[in-house]
Amino acid sequence: MTTATHPGKHYDAHDTSTPVVDDDGHVHVHVVPLKILFGVYFILVLATIATVAVTWKDFGQLNIVIALAIAVFKAALVILYFMHLRWDNLFNGVILISALAFVMTFIGVTIMDSGQYKQNYVPPGTRQMISSQNGI
Amino acid sequence: MSTAASNVAVIEAPHGEVDHNHHDPNLAHHFDTPEQQAQTGKLGMWVFLGTEILMFGGLFCAYSVYRHNHPEVFEYAHQYLNKTLGAINTLVLITSSLTMAWGVRASQLGQKKTLIFMLVLTLLGAAGFMVVKTIEYRSKWNENIFIGHGNLFAADGAETKNKAKVEGLEEEVLHTHEETKPAQPVLTTVTPEPADPNFGGVDQAKIVPPNVTPAGMVAPESSAAAEGPLTYEQLGPIQRHRVYTFFAIYFCMTGLHGIHVLVGMGLISWLVIRSARNEFGPSYFTPVDLIGLYWHLVDLIWIFLFPLLYLIH
Repeated sequence: MTTATHPGKHYDAHDTSTPVVDDDGHVHVHVVPLKILFGVYFILVLATIATVAVTWKDFGQLNIVIALAIAVFKAALVILYFMHLRWDNLFNGVILISALAFVMTFIGVTIMDSGQYKQNYVPPGTRQMISSQNGI
Repeated sequence: MSTAASNVAVIEAPHGEVDHNHHDPNLAHHFDTPEQQAQTGKLGMWVFLGTEILMFGGLFCAYSVYRHNHPEVFEYAHQYLNKTLGAINTLVLITSSLTMAWGVRASQLGQKKTLIFMLVLTLLGAAGFMVVKTIEYRSKWNENIFIGHGNLFAADGAETKNKAKVEGLEEEVLHTHEETKPAQPVLTTVTPEPADPNFGGVDQAKIVPPNVTPAGMVAPESSAAAEGPLTYEQLGPIQRHRVYTFFAIYFCMTGLHGIHVLVGMGLISWLVIRSARNEFGPSYFTPVDLIGLYWHLVDLIWIFLFPLLYLIH
């Protein structure tokens, strides 16, 4: 939309999240500056390289923590900037966080539950497999 | 072609301040203002994305439980996945997210040519992703690694039949003969007496040496990574039984994600057609916005899939 067709109208890159209606009824929405898009993209590429690079060193139990931390960082960048949530209605963020909270509850409780099971459960075919391995 | 033009009734608003909106062909009659319509669409899309997160969450739960219970299986089986291709796919999807976000911006500014160009680039990225995925899947299928019991690693007592194939594949993928094999396997199996009725039960603790983990494997003194890649020989029978489960989880998760990519490609193609028909501009760009959100979610899911499936160590 150019100022030629809509005189007096301009896009302010620092608008707040809710669209603003101006006098002739037209809607301002926040437009993401290209610099931010490129900046976020560049950081995402670096983080991907980091994701692969950290696998070259073994941190023991921390391996998965580090991998997930980098993934969460990348996800936060995509959500806030590419998905525009930073400038959006807060309720959309509430929906997202709720979904994530429920998934984490689901996984957390399931792992807790699975920890209550018999530790050395042997599937039915295993004894036969062991016998055939030993040539019996 | 306008969306709701034929449905818009021109109603004289009581105070006349918003009646010009009713000439807006993109404003559906049940909304008062365009921004209310746009916000509603966005809210609906976020709710849908929430359901998508929950759906993939179920698969991530399966992954988490299996990995938690059988870490060695995951450590072994993931070696058959190609990390380079996975990394390429990650970068391709992130780039397609950039082009999609740029496309949304272009639609907001009424930049039709840029919008179409960005949508086409996103499509190409998606197509590239599917090509790489096809290469990966076909290499698996050529090695007889399938999703279910046809899998090379499926061991229903017929393990000895596949053993030669597994070892051949292992040599090819892991180059085990090039590494110094340890004199004895780092992780050995514990075979209790067959007549023991408590085999597999809690009493196992009585007949098992203290340094044996519940999975029946000897805990390594030093990091197993120091001994070279994990081989099939080093897995206990319980672990060998579970190897094909890793591939079931791999195919289900990447497969469902791939289906989402294909659906996204269809939606973006639809957007290209509509953009060419001049349907989007600063007063109405909601479809581009919402499909952009969907595409970013597809990227997000892959951002988590890549380290969890390909980079286990």
